[in-house]
Amino acid sequence: MATPLTLKELSKKEILLTSGHRMCSGCGAPIIVKMVLLASDYPIVAANATGCLEVSTCISDYTAWKIPWIHNAFENAAATLSGVETMYRFLKKQGKIDKDIKFIAFGGDGGTYDIGFQSLSGAMERGHDMLYVCYDNGAYMNTGIQRSSATPYGADTTTCPVGSGIQGKPQPRKNLTKIMAAHDIPYTAQASPSHWMDLVKKVKKALEIKGPKFMNILAPCNRGWRSRTDDAIQLSRLAVETCYWPLYEIENGVTKVTFKPKEKKPLADFLKPQGRFKHLFAPGNENMLKNFQEMVDKEWGYLLKASGTE
Amino acid sequence: MKLKGWKNVNPGAVCTEAGSALQFKTGSWRAYRPRWIEENCIQCLFCWAYCPDMAVNVKDGKMTGFNYDYCKGCGICALECPGKKGNKAIVMEEEGK
Ligand code: SF4
Ligand code: SF4
Repeated sequence: MATPLTLKELSKKEILLTSGHRMCSGCGAPIIVKMVLLASDYPIVAANATGCLEVSTCISDYTAWKIPWIHNAFENAAATLSGVETMYRFLKKQGKIDKDIKFIAFGGDGGTYDIGFQSLSGAMERGHDMLYVCYDNGAYMNTGIQRSSATPYGADTTTCPVGSGIQGKPQPRKNLTKIMAAHDIPYTAQASPSHWMDLVKKVKKALEIKGPKFMNILAPCNRGWRSRTDDAIQLSRLAVETCYWPLYEIENGVTKVTFKPKEKKPLADFLKPQGRFKHLFAPGNENMLKNFQEMVDKEWGYLLKASGTE
Repeated sequence: MKLKGWKNVNPGAVCTEAGSALQFKTGSWRAYRPRWIEENCIQCLFCWAYCPDMAVNVKDGKMTGFNYDYCKGCGICALECPGKKGNKAIVMEEEGK
């Protein structure tokens, strides 16, 4: 690598997602997309699952993308991109394309953990040369904050509302990063926009690896998380420092924690600024808070063990 | 920006102009406006990196101000700005005051 990885150097590149998109003020997803696109030194072709990012970056025929981009349906971003990538390989073989092009699919947690999971799993199993990036904001935010399998334990959503029956989502979230790693693909990673260098390095690494890659990136959503419009980066940083969202990668079966907080903060530091967890701090719900902390501790312990950095 | 009628949209909703969303000025969404205080700026470019709307102008690796045509006033840049000796180089001010 000739140029050093600094913001100064990155800022000299053109950002291939333009202003004028209609994501909410303070949304985490466009920050992620911008970092992913900046990380690449190759031309990118992208597919997008239905979701906030898709609807807000391509309204009517006004697109914020400056790369070839395709939206098909909610459930098939990975399948759609599989087809594009296969066509590319075929044209390359025929000598009709000689450029090195990389393929990236973007999906929210709804389009990835739930509705698009089958096509994602299939594309990974078939071994397509692509990177799938999930921007995980933890619910169907676009349609009005309905729970998804990525919604964290205890979170208030419109389909698991806090009331006399339940106190937010009763189930813990699905650990999709681990499920993707279980596909035995060459590269799986988790990242956060707060740690931009870690994120950019992981994308760069993923793009150099041939075969299917998956990255799960935490995407703060102030509408659904019931937080302020200015705290997307602060909250994603707290998610990492409390080990709610550990930064790690699994490369050819080898797990590596890429950021270990000097001092692991209590989970409450991440939960408290978010209105979706407000009830967890009400009298009577101490047990839920304790359960949630234990889930995070267990997963962090497992990761440290797996990476041999206990 | 003028929206096309359904008869004029390309078949398959194909967009032929890359980055045409630039025609949509999102600056009107703003309730708070970021103000740059140059003397407190250490040119770390965190504001540029974290802005969700690509509304921080940078030239030759240096922050030069905001693009108010698109800035939605979220305040992320102001919150993340380290500034100099505890003095922020970005402050949010109520729009229209
Ligand atoms: S207030 Fe938000 S949209 Fe405006 S420049 Fe700062 S980070 Fe960007
Ligand atoms: S974040 Fe603040 S100090 Fe850093 S470049 Fe922007 S204005 Fe300057």
